[in-house]
Amino acid sequence: MTAVGLPAGRSAADAGSSAQVRPAATAPALLALPAALGLALVVLPVVALVVRAQWGTFVADVSSPAAVAALGLSLGTALTATAVCVVLGVPLAVVLARLHGWPADVLRALVTLPLVLPPVVGGLALLQLLGRRGLLGTALDAWFGVTVPFTTAAVVLAQVFVAMPFLVLGVEGALRTAGTRYDEVAAGLGAGRWTVLRRVTLPLVAPGLLSGAVLCFARALGEFGATALFAGNVPGVTQTMPLAVYSAFNGAGVSQGAAVALALVLVAAGVAVLLAARAWRPGRAS
Amino acid sequence: MRAWRRGAPGDERAAPLDLAADVRARRGVFELVASLEAAAGQVVAVVGPNAAGKSTLLDVLAGRLRPDAGTVRVGPRLLTGPGVHVPPERRRTALLGQDPLVFPHLSARENVAFAPRARGVPARLARAEADRRLAAVGLDGLGDRRPGALSGGQRQRVALARALAARPDVLLLDEPFAQLDVRAAAGLRELVRDEVRATGTTTVLVTHDALDVATLADAVVVLHEGRVLDRGRPLDVLGAPTHPFTAALAGLNLVEGSVEEDATGRRVVAAAGVRLPVGDGAPRVGSRVRATFPPAAVTLRRDRPAPGWSTTVVDLEAGPTGVRVRTAGDVLVDLAATSPQLAGLRVGDAVTLDVAPSAVTVRVADAAAAGSPVR
Repeated sequence: MTAVGLPAGRSAADAGSSAQVRPAATAPALLALPAALGLALVVLPVVALVVRAQWGTFVADVSSPAAVAALGLSLGTALTATAVCVVLGVPLAVVLARLHGWPADVLRALVTLPLVLPPVVGGLALLQLLGRRGLLGTALDAWFGVTVPFTTAAVVLAQVFVAMPFLVLGVEGALRTAGTRYDEVAAGLGAGRWTVLRRVTLPLVAPGLLSGAVLCFARALGEFGATALFAGNVPGVTQTMPLAVYSAFNGAGVSQGAAVALALVLVAAGVAVLLAARAWRPGRAS
Repeated sequence: MRAWRRGAPGDERAAPLDLAADVRARRGVFELVASLEAAAGQVVAVVGPNAAGKSTLLDVLAGRLRPDAGTVRVGPRLLTGPGVHVPPERRRTALLGQDPLVFPHLSARENVAFAPRARGVPARLARAEADRRLAAVGLDGLGDRRPGALSGGQRQRVALARALAARPDVLLLDEPFAQLDVRAAAGLRELVRDEVRATGTTTVLVTHDALDVATLADAVVVLHEGRVLDRGRPLDVLGAPTHPFTAALAGLNLVEGSVEEDATGRRVVAAAGVRLPVGDGAPRVGSRVRATFPPAAVTLRRDRPAPGWSTTVVDLEAGPTGVRVRTAGDVLVDLAATSPQLAGLRVGDAVTLDVAPSAVTVRVADAAAAGSPVR
């Protein structure tokens, strides 16, 4: 909407209201200010990260053996944790979606718990369960000689703990939205329960499953607190990218520039995941 | 398509099976107590006003609702009975409702191939069968279409082909034409008749529409408030309605009352607000009778005095002949839009109605029907 080419004496605002159809529901103009502030609060720190990066040493920082090991470990553990969440979380979501009344509410609250706990508390809880003196850890150590903490498996467990709610709640929401009408039709056509699940229920919630898995992966990739407490910070074994960023920042042998460089790699990974998820979402015009 | 059927007779069910249900089912405060029989290969229509129990009955037949008591039998198989409840996927009762519910993530072909594949037919053969069935419902060449790229009528055709591909012993149709426009509904109605006849599928058709009853059904069951009011051949049930709902379905006025003689010696059927002349051939004075007559046979006059009975206008609406006037006493009058009586006619106006006795059919209300819950 510009004033260019308008007859003299008519303002651009006049033209806007007469020549263009406006959507009936528009937000009050006053909202623009807090909205812009909110956006700035989210975007500006990342902008600062990019601006302040020491691009001269960037390649050396991110290709150092410690950085490459941390990146590989992060991707590997986050993918594994996502796979575990899908394999265990989809059945959990199906059960949750088919429950009604208070059992559903209680179960959903339990599943949501890791979302509202500080991750450090999650790490502490995992230690109490699986630590060498933990509820299960004692038995594991005595009977099988297995110790979980401070291993790569501990990293994956910590990530599963914090990421599981994203997958379960995402899939459950999709299941509840889809309802059971198509499942009933499929049963009426002679399909058994497994066939209905495989050919109707799960394909219908595929978009919800995909977005749940993406959020789950992103959360696992960024996991720090529970990992630090439960798995420690051993380079090559449990030092994932967030822990490497923290170590670099604290000056353990590297500069703060390295921390910023590593952080930028994580930002790039996050953006890539979001873009990939958008591109793959079926049945959605971009 | 006929040639294909004759060429492979074993491809369809060898012999249709009969259906017999006699159930009592409760849903909250609503209770359905109904029986229903369909001979092998027959189409039975179930009609009734809203909340009559039609959907509850279908849910019981489909196995979605387990009745409190009673049995559902198809051929030799007991589907529901004391200690027996065959789940929906093993009942062989496919359901087609108002909403086609075509699987949105599958093509038309994969939708129709769903049931064959679920029973273990290899994918290639199932798709070939699906293509034949799509052609049979007039969707030749549209197998690759997603449901979103089909019209409402086409989706309902896919759903019909899909239901028949399950080779059900009993096909349950729940107002399958209700959401279609008139032309699409007419095409699908014809198709249902042809396909059901060709496959010899025993069918239960829930409908609101006299057209479905008259053109599709071999038998009709009238449900009202969870009970069966009437049943029989469509012509018999619609021709001699015993309940206002059935009369309305048949497009007739129904007046229930007793025969009296008026001051001039004419015999009339007297009911609340109605004094219907019935001629000398009517049953003797004092008999309880049901009189039926078409709304178009009623004359309406606004100048009094006139022969007939006085009443008031309750409602004015568009009718099959132009304008339909509803009067106190529940007598409908169909007038041509050009009728001079209509000028300035308003709800609440006093009018005089009359009917030629020759247009009125009078039946003595028998004892059994008299006990039924008629108004």
